[in-house]
Amino acid sequence: MSFVTVENLFQSYGRRPILERVNLTAEEGEFVSIVGASGCGKSTFLRLLLDQERPTRGEITVDGQPLRGEPDRSRGIVFQRYSVFPHLTVRDNIVAAEGLSRPLGRLFGTVKRAARARAEAALERIGLAHVADQYPAALSGGMQQRLAIAQALAAKPRILLLDEPFGALDPGTREQMHAFLQDLRAETRMTVFMVTHDLPEAFKLGDRVIVFDKTRWDPHDPAAYGATITYDFDARNGGFPYQLQEDQDDLERDEDHPVASPGRPADA
Amino acid sequence: MRLINRRAGPVSRVALAALPFVLVGLAYASASAARLAENPQDRVLPSPATLLDTAVRLMTDEDRRSGEILFWGDTLSSLTLLFSGVGIAAVIGLCVGLAIGLVPLVRTSLQGFVAVLSMIPPLALLPILFISLGVGDAAKVALIAIGITPFLIRDLAARTMELPQEQLVKAQTLGASTLSIALSVALPQIMPRLLSALRLSLGPAWLFLIAAEAVASDSGLGYRIFLVRRFLAMDVILTYVAWITFLAFAIDWLLAQASRRLYPWAEVRA
Repeated sequence: MSFVTVENLFQSYGRRPILERVNLTAEEGEFVSIVGASGCGKSTFLRLLLDQERPTRGEITVDGQPLRGEPDRSRGIVFQRYSVFPHLTVRDNIVAAEGLSRPLGRLFGTVKRAARARAEAALERIGLAHVADQYPAALSGGMQQRLAIAQALAAKPRILLLDEPFGALDPGTREQMHAFLQDLRAETRMTVFMVTHDLPEAFKLGDRVIVFDKTRWDPHDPAAYGATITYDFDARNGGFPYQLQEDQDDLERDEDHPVASPGRPADA
Repeated sequence: MRLINRRAGPVSRVALAALPFVLVGLAYASASAARLAENPQDRVLPSPATLLDTAVRLMTDEDRRSGEILFWGDTLSSLTLLFSGVGIAAVIGLCVGLAIGLVPLVRTSLQGFVAVLSMIPPLALLPILFISLGVGDAAKVALIAIGITPFLIRDLAARTMELPQEQLVKAQTLGASTLSIALSVALPQIMPRLLSALRLSLGPAWLFLIAAEAVASDSGLGYRIFLVRRFLAMDVILTYVAWITFLAFAIDWLLAQASRRLYPWAEVRA
């Protein structure tokens, strides 16, 4: 039995279909990258996994249990923006991961002190200890996303969902965040679904890269059909798809006879 | 250099800011002098010196009958009513606004109702309040509260709905219940909004207070103004108006300071 099972999933908004016949199984501990053109339903799929909205048809089960209709602690999320609470200091943002599940949404007394100590340790590990007393608005984009990931992980979810988490970061920061995420993942071995626009990122981080696209296309009515999973690449082995390994070898051989050299028009 | 790019230096900044006050003061002084030159008994525009005398007399002289200084008694009475009314409105506005902004079922049920309520002119309700609550303090507090609560509810509901959906989803993935989202995510974030909404509603609150005091009262700043109007005591009226303006300005300033002190994170974003 697979950990996450998506069966015959359909989603439409009003009369506009977004997703059609999506089937997917993922094992526990797998890192699944989700790519596709804008508006192809990647983020919709993530929201369905999060249980933020209900599918029109079909079912998602996690560990054999169907989703219950609203987000909960078993699935953590990091959005591109607005993922941390602006009114809490960096440290309290981590503490909130424990406090919010209490009846009044906060901790008191010794429990609070223990949680603050754990938060301190977590911040030390992700290199944010020196800004523990600052508010998120004072942090750079990369630091905010590091905080958002740490906050999501502090709730110990079984599945981590990432919705273009590094989309707003500059390339250097993005590299650092990749290393950060890979370290965390090596530690926790948790299941991750990540939506991204960045193909190299998808192959670098993921064990699998799944592609959402429309299989049917009406040029007079582009919104007539929904998207589904059209490719499911194995992204291990350094990100080179297993299927393309032979093509890769061919390419390397062809390099002795360049097709077009720089400075010459390609069609000449 | 274009006008939109020119800024005042440190000295001219003070001068420019003081200019309108000085101009109004000069205009008043010259108009007053002109009238008094024509008729030294004129009471409509008392001279600045008379105003100062009156202010000192009002703030220090005891009333012959009661032995109290009426000025401070009026101030205390008015501020008590104002703060009671605004306080009640703030509590109701915060609770209902938060509920409408956060809970779709409450929104569906109450949003239209509040929109209709907010269209009732509060002053038109004043007779009803006097009839049902008597002409005492309760009716005046009620008028202030009724006057500004709908605005507070609508403003705070709108601010609550402006909270990014991502934050509410995030809180749920951290295991938060509706109550803990309301108390620990939404409430702290709309508190600075409450303070700025209160600053905006202070003007109407003073309006309702003075209107109610003018109609039926036995103390209060508005009562005194409308009482001495009968004797054409412009010096007293102007002193009271200046005092009310100062009080309103001071309260506004205190609220702004409180917001900055208590919610430093809100400043960065704004």
